[in-house]
Amino acid sequence: MILYMLKRLLTMIPVVLGVTVLSFCIIHLAPGKPTDKLSELNPKMTPEARQRLEQYYGLDKPLHVQYLSWLKRIVRFDFGNSFSTDSRPVIVKIWDRGVPILDRRLMVTLIINVLSMLLILSCAIPIGVYSAVKPYSFFDRITTVFVFVGFATPAFWLALLLIILFSINLGWLPISGIKSIGYDGLGFTAQMFDRAHHLILPVFISAFGGIAGMSRYMRSSMLEAIRNDYVTTARAKGLAEKTVIFKHALRNALLPLITILGLSIPGLISGSIIFEQIFGIPGMGQLSFQAIMGRDYPVVMGLLVISSILTLAGNLVADMCYALADPRIRTK
Amino acid sequence: MLEQQSVFTTIKKNRLAVTGLIIVSLFFLVAVLAPVIAPYDYREINVQEMLVPPGLKHLCGTDDLGRDIFSRMLWGARISLAVGFVAVGISTLIGILVGSLAGYYGRWIDSVIMRFVDIMLCFPTFFLILTVIAFVGPSIWNIMIIIGLTSWMGVARLVRAEFLSLKQREYVLAARASGASDARIIFLHILPNAMAPVFVSAILGVGAAVLLESALSFLGLGVQPPVPSWGNILTEGKANIEIAWWISLFPGLAILITVLGYNLLGEGLRDALDPRFKK
Repeated sequence: MILYMLKRLLTMIPVVLGVTVLSFCIIHLAPGKPTDKLSELNPKMTPEARQRLEQYYGLDKPLHVQYLSWLKRIVRFDFGNSFSTDSRPVIVKIWDRGVPILDRRLMVTLIINVLSMLLILSCAIPIGVYSAVKPYSFFDRITTVFVFVGFATPAFWLALLLIILFSINLGWLPISGIKSIGYDGLGFTAQMFDRAHHLILPVFISAFGGIAGMSRYMRSSMLEAIRNDYVTTARAKGLAEKTVIFKHALRNALLPLITILGLSIPGLISGSIIFEQIFGIPGMGQLSFQAIMGRDYPVVMGLLVISSILTLAGNLVADMCYALADPRIRTK
Repeated sequence: MLEQQSVFTTIKKNRLAVTGLIIVSLFFLVAVLAPVIAPYDYREINVQEMLVPPGLKHLCGTDDLGRDIFSRMLWGARISLAVGFVAVGISTLIGILVGSLAGYYGRWIDSVIMRFVDIMLCFPTFFLILTVIAFVGPSIWNIMIIIGLTSWMGVARLVRAEFLSLKQREYVLAARASGASDARIIFLHILPNAMAPVFVSAILGVGAAVLLESALSFLGLGVQPPVPSWGNILTEGKANIEIAWWISLFPGLAILITVLGYNLLGEGLRDALDPRFKK
């Protein structure tokens, strides 16, 4: 097991390096210099001042020197300072110790993603199992239609429709943000309730596509598991159908799900950009979008690297869990 | 010939695939005939008919400049189709090339290429696309190229897997024994036999590219107004969300149905081409 983990970690090193090289290249091959944004806003900027600025950011040095010094800094989690007007360090923008923990950007996005993941699993597993146990039944057909429609639905469009229905016409849910204006004056329970109220639509929207995909996946995984000899054996020795399905088949069908969960991390990060934009949620997605639109290079580079490494870490954890759960992988 | 016929009959039997084919052809026709069937000019601003709800005169209503949304959606179909096909063409070409190189030559070429695929796969693609577009400037050509350049990894893996199994076949050994060049073996002997799954993934890819383009345009980093695309009409929908639901409803429905069409067709073809499903 330890050998397996070490091997897995070693193969990650070139990938992590590649990610940093690629992020660096993408930013630096783009037309225009990163300092353009800083200088074009300032009419007093003279060519000399501009040069000083470029020197300050090391832009006058050859690319590989710049890359190495940047790499040295990001190993220490120093992603530099933002180019936006507040010019705070990138890491502080993501995890600001000055605000309540629930308001820090990374936390906001994490909460939404974890909740939507829970929602996905708690809907998709029962749906998938039930349609696999009774394939081509009425329920199975309905869910197949739902899966196809769910796959094809643009999440941002669904978000607009639900806002129109629940926030504007019915007035049940807030249109945007993560808390109400009078939040600070509320008691603790009321505060949590207020947050939950704001999270309903975003969590549902970010889970929607996943429910469709995951239930499809669960169905085929379960179908495969049911066909196995050990299920026939379990039935033959007279076990109750419930025991056969839930104890023998389901446990094995859940294994591939671990990998899928690990693989879905980049999608979650991408998804956050759109729905945080629609719902005005101050999380990582909104920060990414603002940084991209404002050509805030340090933030963009930092976020690219951080989210890629998160993805890799997610895959690694998934592989580890898989190996823990399935002895066949460990001994290979 | 026989092979093709059986594929065709399987598709005919598969109702989902037929539905998909009908939807796809319908939208193709709409895109081609947009100038003919559009009741209004998509650029025509009419201050007297701003934000008119859907009715007989304006099937899908008008936007805040009084432009007919139905006509704009017809033109938007062209954009979606163009972006979908060009982007998938690019990604499929790259995928085939990279995948066949990795699968055919193996050894270090394979390891280098597959590591690169790993790197590309762990980037959050959407974030990457947004970043690049923000830097090179949004235009329809940039979008097509960038979507193509960031979505070839799946095809590459598919082609590589096919090559790994096909290159051991006897007809490949025979071709090599008779002195055929590597290029000849790759493109004339192995590739034609590896195309079926590539074709399926290309069709599914068109749907994905249409979705991606609409999301980009919705965020303002895709097709730029006044050129209409389903995504950027939805941006106007969001701006007028409290007063004009119709601007949001119809373009999204068009995206949904188009993507659904490609997905149904792709899945149907997969069933038809996959020998495991044949009886």
